[in-house]
Amino acid sequence: MAINWFKYAAPATFYGLAGKMVPWFAVPAAILFVVGMYIGFFVAPADAVQSEAYRIIFIHVPASILSMFIYLIMAGYAAFGLIFNTRLSSMMATALAPTGALFAFISLWTGALWGKPMWGAWWVWDARLTSELILLFLYLGFIALQSSIDDSRRADRAGALLAIVGSVNVPIIYFSVKWWNTLHQGSTIKFTGTSMHIAMQQAMFVMLVACWLYVIAVTLVRVRSIILERERNAQWVSELNEVKL
Amino acid sequence: MNQRSLFGLLGLVIRRDLLLAMRRRADVLTTLIFFVMVVSLFPLGVGPELDMLRKMAPGVVWVAALLASMLSLGRMFSADYLDGTLEQMLLAPQSLSMLVLGKILAHWMLSGLPLVLMAPVLGLQFDMSPQALWVLILVLLLGTPILSMIGAIGAALTLGLRGGGVLVSLLVLPLCIPVLIFGTGAVEAVSTGMTIVPHVALLGALLLLALAFTPWVTAQALRISME
Repeated sequence: MAINWFKYAAPATFYGLAGKMVPWFAVPAAILFVVGMYIGFFVAPADAVQSEAYRIIFIHVPASILSMFIYLIMAGYAAFGLIFNTRLSSMMATALAPTGALFAFISLWTGALWGKPMWGAWWVWDARLTSELILLFLYLGFIALQSSIDDSRRADRAGALLAIVGSVNVPIIYFSVKWWNTLHQGSTIKFTGTSMHIAMQQAMFVMLVACWLYVIAVTLVRVRSIILERERNAQWVSELNEVKL
Repeated sequence: MNQRSLFGLLGLVIRRDLLLAMRRRADVLTTLIFFVMVVSLFPLGVGPELDMLRKMAPGVVWVAALLASMLSLGRMFSADYLDGTLEQMLLAPQSLSMLVLGKILAHWMLSGLPLVLMAPVLGLQFDMSPQALWVLILVLLLGTPILSMIGAIGAALTLGLRGGGVLVSLLVLPLCIPVLIFGTGAVEAVSTGMTIVPHVALLGALLLLALAFTPWVTAQALRISME
């Protein structure tokens, strides 16, 4: 039996599939979010060194991981769209960018909230903080470039090139910032506790999965809007039930 | 095509761009004056204590150089784009990457090199030691071409867009951070009596990396923008 691998690469078919998939990611995301919060706030014990303030890691760590991960996924989709000229891949890259920027911002914001009681400063020029900030700039550059180009085909391709250049540059930036920091002062901030309590690990893992599912759900919703916007003159769009009304 | 004609092409593009710039000297001078003014504003802003000025001099010079090179990026392709020359370059049978490399080098000679020559004078205003001044010239010589090369990608991507000037800074500045770090690091190292070798070596590595890839990436970006 021949399987048509590319059936869902067409925006028209993917639109329907994405609509069906959204609840399957959104509902588990909501449930896991509640479970993760419960474990994080009520089951996990207070930290020996940082007492209650450490609990922000349950959102901070997943947000940081995903902000970096989403950039790679985004660059991957963008590269795929540039090389194989698949429109849907480029749309996925565009749909991922705002969520990535949001997570980078959450990561910085929660980090600042944690830093104030722990280090006594909202912001420290630590290598990790700085590179996360630069990552946010890269996201904003990608979004700004795409939104200032009216022709969607050019926007896709220009954004893809920028994302690829950015992803090549990310390791260089990370290491340069790291060396820059260590040249000035030794790393004063370290996670000095012993190995984590099992409930803390569970809460963090559950929250990571919840955030991940949230990213997928939100991206699918956003990509559906992008498909509708770009294909608004196509026959199949005018035949959709939600459009006919 | 033999090697000689490839370098002949490079020379041709550089000579053409330099000639065009010489006909409109004001553009080149504006960038240079901007650089001098930004650097001179810092002592007025933070106070005239020489100890502090000496410490922040490399950073100030580098950030000003970064901003000045952003300012001149818009000129790299826009005139050729508007009068149709760029389209002919894309259609030419010769390698577009080589043409782009020529344009990048010409851009550096017009915007980077004057800054390198001007920097020691500004360094004296900040009471930098002669040793630190030599290092500053060296790292600026290695670093400013990288700024032109990374900037070329941004300039090509934003060709003909509204608000292109601000947008190009938004795209390019984050990518230039490593150059800034190693450039200031080397000067700081020499003033604290440490070796400058790692910083200079890393800058050289970045320069080679940029030289190898950015003309090609810029050529691709131009093709995307000109479709």
